[in-house]
Amino acid sequence: MKLSEVVHHLEASVLAGGERLGREAIGAYAADLLSDVLKKTLPDAVLLTGLTNPQVVRTAEIMDLAAVVFVRNKRVTPDIIALAAEKGLVLLGTRRSLYESCGLLYRAGLPPVPSPGTGEGTDDADA
Amino acid sequence: MQTPEERGEARLRLEFEVTGLDFATAGSAATRVKRALEHVGFSARAVRRAAITAYEAEMNIVIHARRGLLKVCVAPEAVVIVAADEGPGIADLELAMQEGFSTAPEDVREMGFGAGMGLPNMRRCSDHFTIQSVVGRGTTVRAVIKNDQVGGRGRGV
Repeated sequence: MKLSEVVHHLEASVLAGGERLGREAIGAYAADLLSDVLKKTLPDAVLLTGLTNPQVVRTAEIMDLAAVVFVRNKRVTPDIIALAAEKGLVLLGTRRSLYESCGLLYRAGLPPVPSPGTGEGTDDADA
Repeated sequence: MQTPEERGEARLRLEFEVTGLDFATAGSAATRVKRALEHVGFSARAVRRAAITAYEAEMNIVIHARRGLLKVCVAPEAVVIVAADEGPGIADLELAMQEGFSTAPEDVREMGFGAGMGLPNMRRCSDHFTIQSVVGRGTTVRAVIKNDQVGGRGRGV
């Protein structure tokens, strides 16, 4: 799913990386614990989170995420947006809850990653 | 295992000073390590595992120590990451290596870290992992990640 479609389904605002909305996301993952994110294999995935701090952007870069969606209308500080812009990371914001955002994207066909039932649903940073 | 450095084959050395509680720049060293490994042609999988290891190590210094050094030594077949800090040290290494054990304060947990998963994750991402610590002095972790470019495994899996 293109990131522009993610924007559409979540009625999201584009906080950074608007020039990269043509990028394709292979799936999505949701977490409020960055330690969990760091245990997964998530290149080209969308991360949905209620966390707003610069470490989210750093983690996204380390993990090669396609985009980060901040849910629940979280206030995102300019330093986070500036860091994402510098890194070329797409940052989106939505007023919808984490649960609702996940449901909307799932219904629209964006699969979970790592995909369940393939042995990749486990903690697989060493896979 | 003998390191590339010990064999005198290192191609690239990087060194970063990491300051305790400096959350604003925490992670910047690891992202530079990641770019360097991409640049020299490490496999996507090796880059990811090394970047995660460096990032967890860097965050551990920021969260727990006064200061530390992140040293990275890159050779064609492997990268060696050494994170040495001046900090409180770890009294029980076996306990610290258990998933879920953490001494991180509440504010760090609110940032999404400090769940007691960093050290186990570093070990999981490494081909060789050692940790040494002296209480009241500091902790040194050393991780070796092999470059598996030869064999041509695809990105991310």
